[in-house]
Amino acid sequence: MTTSDRKPRVVITGAGWVTPLGDTIDGVWQRLLRGDSGVGDIRRFDASTFVSNFVAQTQEPDLSRILADHEHHADAAVNTRFALSATAQAWKQAGLGDPATPGRLNAGFPALNPRRVGIYLGSGEGLLDSDNFFATNIAAWNAEKRDIDLGAWAEAAYQRLSAARELEQEPNMPVSHIADAFGARGPAFNCLTACAASTQAIGEATEIIRRGEADVMITGGAHTMVHPLGITGFIRLTALSADRNAGGPFSLNRDGFTMGEGAGIIIIEALEHALARGATPLAEIVGFGSSADAFRITDIQPEGLGAIAAMTEALEDAGIDPLARDENGRPPIHYISAHGTGTKENDSIESRAVKGMFKHNAPDIPMSSIKSMMGHLIAAAGAVECITCVQTIRTGMLPPTMRLNTPDPNCDLDYVPNKARDCNPVGGVEVALSNSFGFGGQNDTLVLKRYSG
Amino acid sequence: MSHAIPGFPNHFFISPTRRWLHSPRMLDRQVVITGLGAITGLGIGAEAAWQGLLEGRSALAPIKSFDASAFPCRIAAEIPDFSARDFVPKSYRKAVKVMARDIQIAVAAARLAVQDARLVTTDTDDEDITPTYAPDRVGCQIGAGLIACEIDELTRALVSSLDDQGRFDLRAWGKGGMNNLPPLWLLKYLPNMLACHVTIIHDAQGPSNTITCAEASGLLSAGESMRVIARGDADCCFTGGAEAKINPMGLTRMDLAQRLARTSADADPTSYVRPYDPQATGGLLGELAGICIVEAAQTATARGARPYAKISGFGAGHSPRRGNPRELAEGLIAAIEAALKQANLAPDRIDAILPHASGIPEVDQVEAAALEAVFGPKTAEIPCITITPNLGDGMAGSGGVALCIASMCLRHQSLPARIHHGSPANNILAGAATQRDAGLNNILVCSNALGGQNAAMILSKP
Repeated sequence: MTTSDRKPRVVITGAGWVTPLGDTIDGVWQRLLRGDSGVGDIRRFDASTFVSNFVAQTQEPDLSRILADHEHHADAAVNTRFALSATAQAWKQAGLGDPATPGRLNAGFPALNPRRVGIYLGSGEGLLDSDNFFATNIAAWNAEKRDIDLGAWAEAAYQRLSAARELEQEPNMPVSHIADAFGARGPAFNCLTACAASTQAIGEATEIIRRGEADVMITGGAHTMVHPLGITGFIRLTALSADRNAGGPFSLNRDGFTMGEGAGIIIIEALEHALARGATPLAEIVGFGSSADAFRITDIQPEGLGAIAAMTEALEDAGIDPLARDENGRPPIHYISAHGTGTKENDSIESRAVKGMFKHNAPDIPMSSIKSMMGHLIAAAGAVECITCVQTIRTGMLPPTMRLNTPDPNCDLDYVPNKARDCNPVGGVEVALSNSFGFGGQNDTLVLKRYSG
Repeated sequence: MSHAIPGFPNHFFISPTRRWLHSPRMLDRQVVITGLGAITGLGIGAEAAWQGLLEGRSALAPIKSFDASAFPCRIAAEIPDFSARDFVPKSYRKAVKVMARDIQIAVAAARLAVQDARLVTTDTDDEDITPTYAPDRVGCQIGAGLIACEIDELTRALVSSLDDQGRFDLRAWGKGGMNNLPPLWLLKYLPNMLACHVTIIHDAQGPSNTITCAEASGLLSAGESMRVIARGDADCCFTGGAEAKINPMGLTRMDLAQRLARTSADADPTSYVRPYDPQATGGLLGELAGICIVEAAQTATARGARPYAKISGFGAGHSPRRGNPRELAEGLIAAIEAALKQANLAPDRIDAILPHASGIPEVDQVEAAALEAVFGPKTAEIPCITITPNLGDGMAGSGGVALCIASMCLRHQSLPARIHHGSPANNILAGAATQRDAGLNNILVCSNALGGQNAAMILSKP
C-alpha cells in the first residue's frame, strides 16, 4: 500500500502509435492537423463487391528494425506487431532505452524492477485465418444433408489450421509478446470491451499505479478487424459507412463508421518514479470513469446516461466542476476527443450527453473526432485518442473533424469542423477529456491535464 | 429510479456522486464474497459442484453435444441439461438466441450468484421491485475467452457463395452471400457480451469490464472488482468468468496448442487429468461458468449479508514466453508474493492451495516450481484442492469456479475429496484423497494462462 492516503499522481512519459496515417508521433500529428485521410480500398482481401469496401489500413511494421529479439515474435499476428512497434516508440520516448539494442529493461536510470513494470492493454483478437477457416468449413459441407460432416471437418481442420495462427488470435497475445520483449513481470491484464477497451485499459492501469501495485505500466491497445468476417459483421449490423463521400462524424449526411486498424501505447508512471529517474512527464492522468448503459446490446441509452455517468465519475475523480469557468472565462475542459464514430445514433447521443454533462459550458468546449481521418481502430481507438489528447496539451493545436459538411440539428456543438485550430492564443489546452463507448454499453472516460510540478 | 436500500441505515447510503466525497484521498475498503453462482459439469449451482467434489465425482465423459469421434480428444466435462431460457426473465428470452453458449452460462451463473447473495435486482418479470443497491453502485467484471463462431451457422451462409470449382468466392459473398448471416451475428460472439447481458438483466450501471487473459481471466477479473470496490467506485460487483470451448473449433484450437490429452474409447474417461503427474498426457476441457457477488464489507454488513470469505490479497504477474520451468514461473511467483504481501500474511499462514492444476505436465511443472519457490520444502505439506479432474479445464471460467469452491471450503471448513489416477510429483500434495474436515483460515487460489498472465488471490475466513 502507499504510505500516504492521497492518490499518487500518475503521468504519461512515453507514447507511440501505429496508425493508418503513419507511425511516428509527430508525423501522424502533422497529418491529423492537415486533415489527411487514411482511407482507401481494402487491400488485405478482395472486398470489391462489399457494400463497404474501404477502410483505413495501416502499414504492417517490420519488427526486424524495431526489436533486437524480433525472431521470437515471428509468429505474432498483425495486431501484436502493431502493439510491439507502438510500445517500442513509447519505450524510447520515455527514456527507457532502445529495444532495437539488447539490455532494454535496464537502460533507464535507476534500473527498473521488472516486477514493478506491468501491462494493461485493451487489445482485440488477432487476425482470423480466414482462407483456411473458410476452406475447412466448405470442405466439410454435406450438400445433401445441408449440414457439416464433422469427420470431414476434423480432417480438413488438421490439414489446414496451424497452431501458431490459431493461438496468436487469442486476445491476450499482444500482452504476452510485449511482456516478453520488454521484460515486464508485473501485473498484466487485457480487457476487451469493444470500442472502449483501450480507454478502459489506460484507466485501470492508472488505478493500479495509484494503488502502488506497479511503478510503471505499459498501456493502450491494438486491434484489427480488417478481415472478411470482421467487415461482414459490421455490415450486417449496418454500422459501417457505405459511401466514402458521405459526411463525416456529426454531419447530417453521415452514414456509419469507417474501419481502421492499428495500435496506441503509452508508458505511465507514478510521478515520483518518473521524476526520480529524470523522465519528462508529457501529461498527467487526473481522472478515470467507467460505467455501463445496462440498456440494450444493440442500442445506446437514448439520453446518453451511461456516457454521462462515465464522464461524471472521471470529472469527480479529477476534482473538476463541469459547470465552472476559470478566471479568464474558459470552461474547465479545453478539448474533448469525441468517440465520434459517424453513426447516426452515436453522434447525436454523444452530443446530448456532453450537453447534459457540461450544460451551459458545452458549446464552448471544442470536441473533434480523429476517426474522420484514421477510421475507427475499435479496441485501439481509445489509446490513439488518448495520445491525441496528449498532443493537444503539448502543442495547443486541435485536430479537426473532417467531412463535416452538413450541420445536423441534433449535433450542435463545436466539432472543430474541417480545419485544425490553434488554441495557443487563448492559453492552449490545459485539460482534455477523451470518451470511448463500447458496443454493448460499456463506457469509459479519461481526463488528462498539462503536467505542472 | 429508487435509491433506497431496504434495511440500510441512512448514513450507509452513498450518493451517486461518490468520488466527490473522497477525492483526492485514497480509499481502501475491505471486500467480501457474498454470493456464489457456478454452472459446471457437475450440475447447476455451486452447491451441486461442491457436493460432487465432496463425493469425488467427475463430470469428464465422452462428448455428447456433437459427434467428436473424428477428433483426437473426445472427452470433456459438459454441462448437462442446461437451457438458458430458464435463467432469464420471460421478457429477455428472445435475447437468448443472440448469445453464444459462453454468454448463456455466464448469464445463468450471474442469476444464481444474485439469488445466493439474497440481492434484489431487475432480474425478474416483477416490475415492482426495489433493488438492494442503487444501479450505479453495481459493477461487473466478467472474464471471457475468444469465442469461436458456430461452424454450421457460418457454413450454411458460406456455401451460398461458391465459384464453379466449389471454392469460396469473396465477390459472391460481398454481393449478397453474407446476407445469409443474421444481422446480429457478430454480437453473438463478442467477449464483452457476457458482461453486457448481465449488466442489462440486472441493471448494473457501475464500472463494467471484460478481461480476456485465457485461464487467468476469472481471477484477474476478481482482482479488478476488488480494486473497483476498494476505491469506492462500486459497492457490489459481479465477478468471475465463463467459457465453453467444447465445440469443434475450440477443441481443435486447444489440441493444436498441445493442451489436451488424446483419448481412447477404452480408457476410463476420468483417468486422464492427473495434476502434477509427470506421466500425465494432457488436460481436458470443461464448460465452466463461475460468477461471484463481491461487496464492500461495510455495505454487506449493513444489509445483513453473511459473507463466505473476505478477499485479503490479490496479485498478478507476467512470465516470459520461454525459459526453464523456474524462469517460466516468474510471473506466478510475483503474483503469489504480491497477494501474500497485500494480505500481510507469511507463507506459512496458507492452509490450502487451489491451483490451476491443468494436468499438462509442462504447465504443472511450472506451477509447482512457483509454489516451491514461495512455500519452500513446506509446499509438500499444504493440501492442494484440485478441481480439474472433476470439472475439466474451464479456461476463462475456471477462476470464478475456483473462487466458488474455495469459498465453500471456508464456509464448511472442509476439503473436498481429490481424484488422482497417477502419482503427483512428490513436492506437491495433490494425490488421491477422501473428503476431510480441516481448520481453514486462508486459501490461496491461483492461475496461469497460456500466454503468460498469472493471478493469485487469497480468500480468508470472514
